[in-house]
Amino acid sequence: MIGFLTLFEKEFLRFWKVSFQTVAAPVLTALLYLLIFGHVLDEHVQVHGVRYISFLVPGLVMMQVLQNAFANSSSSLIQAKITGSIVFVLLPPIPYSAFFAAYVLAAVVRGLLVGVGVLLATVWFAELKVVAPWWTLAFALFGGGLFAALGMIAGIWSEKFDQLAAFQNFLIMPLTMLSGVFYSIYTLPTFWQGLSHYNPVFYMIDGFRYGFFGVSDVAPETSLAVVVACFAAVSMLTLRLLKRGWKLRG
Amino acid sequence: MIPAVSIVDVVKHFGSLQALAGVSLDIEQGEFFGLLGPNGAGKTTLISSLAGLIRPDSGTISVMGHDVIGDFREARRLLGVVPQELVFDPFFNVRETLRIQSGYFGIRKNDDWIDEILEHLDLASKADVNMRRLSGGMKRRVLVAQALVHRPPVIVLDEPTAGVDVELRQGLWQFIRRLNGEGHTIILTTHYLEEAEALCNRIALMKQGRVIALDTTANLMAAHPGASLEQVFVRTMQQ
Repeated sequence: MIGFLTLFEKEFLRFWKVSFQTVAAPVLTALLYLLIFGHVLDEHVQVHGVRYISFLVPGLVMMQVLQNAFANSSSSLIQAKITGSIVFVLLPPIPYSAFFAAYVLAAVVRGLLVGVGVLLATVWFAELKVVAPWWTLAFALFGGGLFAALGMIAGIWSEKFDQLAAFQNFLIMPLTMLSGVFYSIYTLPTFWQGLSHYNPVFYMIDGFRYGFFGVSDVAPETSLAVVVACFAAVSMLTLRLLKRGWKLRG
Repeated sequence: MIPAVSIVDVVKHFGSLQALAGVSLDIEQGEFFGLLGPNGAGKTTLISSLAGLIRPDSGTISVMGHDVIGDFREARRLLGVVPQELVFDPFFNVRETLRIQSGYFGIRKNDDWIDEILEHLDLASKADVNMRRLSGGMKRRVLVAQALVHRPPVIVLDEPTAGVDVELRQGLWQFIRRLNGEGHTIILTTHYLEEAEALCNRIALMKQGRVIALDTTANLMAAHPGASLEQVFVRTMQQ
C-alpha cells in the first residue's frame, strides 16, 4: 500500500510541480476554443434547445479531462523510459496492479483538475446548471480512467517521442475532436452519425453533457455501459502487459 | 547458510545474440564479490536478471533463498542496485528522491537513515538541491544512496565509480567497506581492476556470457605469481 501511495504521490508531484504547463496551459487552450467558436456560432446555433456556447462548455471540459489524463500517464512513462529513470520503479517490490492504479489515479486527478479549471474559466461565458452531477462525475472518472490506461499502453509501447506523438495525433486527437465536442451528432449526415456510434469518446462526451442539461443524443445508461466496458477492457489489457513486463522488463 | 545470491544455469538471448550462456555461481552472505569482464561479457545482463529488470530464458536466480521471479517482492526487498547509467528524476531534489525511493520499498519516515546516508556520501549540503543541478559525481552518489535507503542485505554496484573523482571514490569505498563489515553482501562490477583487487575477496571473470574463472582474489593472484589483477585478467581472457 505504501508503495502504491508513494508512486501516486510522485506522479501527482511530477505534474503539479509544472502545473503552469500541465494544468494552466490546457485551460487556456479550452478557453480559446470557447471564445473563437462561441463568438462565431453562438448567435446562429442552438443544440437541444441550449445556447451553443453553453452546449460547448461541457464538451470542452470533458475533452480536456480525457486528453490530459492520456498525456499524464503516457508522458511520464516515456520520459522515464528514455531517461532510464524507469529503473527506480522497476527495482522495488511494487506489484503491477499497484503500478497500474497509481499511474491511472494520478492521471485522472490531473484530468479532473484541468476539467475543473476549464469549468471555472468558462463559466463566465455560459449559463450552466448541473442537473445530474453524479452522471457528470461518473463519466469524468471512467472516461479519464480509460484514457489514463490508454496513455500507459502508449507510453510503454513507444520507444521515441515521435511514436507517442503519432499515437496522440492520429488516434487520441481524432477520437476526441470527432466525438461531438463541438456539435451534436444529429447535425451530421446519416453515414457520419452511424460512424460516430463506433467512437467510444462520443458516449463520454454525450453522457457528461447529459449531467449538465438532462438531455443527450443517447440514453446516459447506455453511454455509461459503453464507457465502463471500454475502461474494463483497456484496464485488463494494460494489467496483462504490465504483468508480462512488456517493453519494460527485457 | 543460504547463499546471498544463487544463480543456476542462467541463459539469456537477445535475438541471435547469446548474452548469458548458462551461468551458475553462488555468492555467500557477507562476501565482497567482484564480477569482472570486458564489455559485452554479460555482467550487466546478469545483474539485470538478478534485479528482475530482465527475464532469463532459462535458469533460476534467488536472493537470500527467494526466487527473483516467483517470489519477486521479497527478493527485491533484499536487494539494492546501483545502476550503471547516470539516471535521475529531474522533478525532485535529493531528499525527495530518497524519500520517494524509501516509499517504493514500503518505508515511510525514513529520514534518520536518509540523513545518515547523506552524511556518509557527503551529500548533506545538497539535500535540498534539485537533481538537475548536481554534478555527475554527485548524481552517482545519489544513485548509491537510492540503493541503500531500504537497508538491503545484498548490494549490487554496477560500475559505481565510472566518471567519479578520486576523492569521492575513496569516500564511497570507505562507506561500502563499512557496510560490508556490518554484514552486507556486496557485488561489484568495475573496469577499475585495482579497485576490485583491493576490495573483493572473491572474483568471477566473465567472457562471452560464461564464467571462465571463479576463485578467491588471493588464489587468482597466486596462480600468476608477481602479476597484478589486471595482468591476471588479460591472461585469463586470452586463454
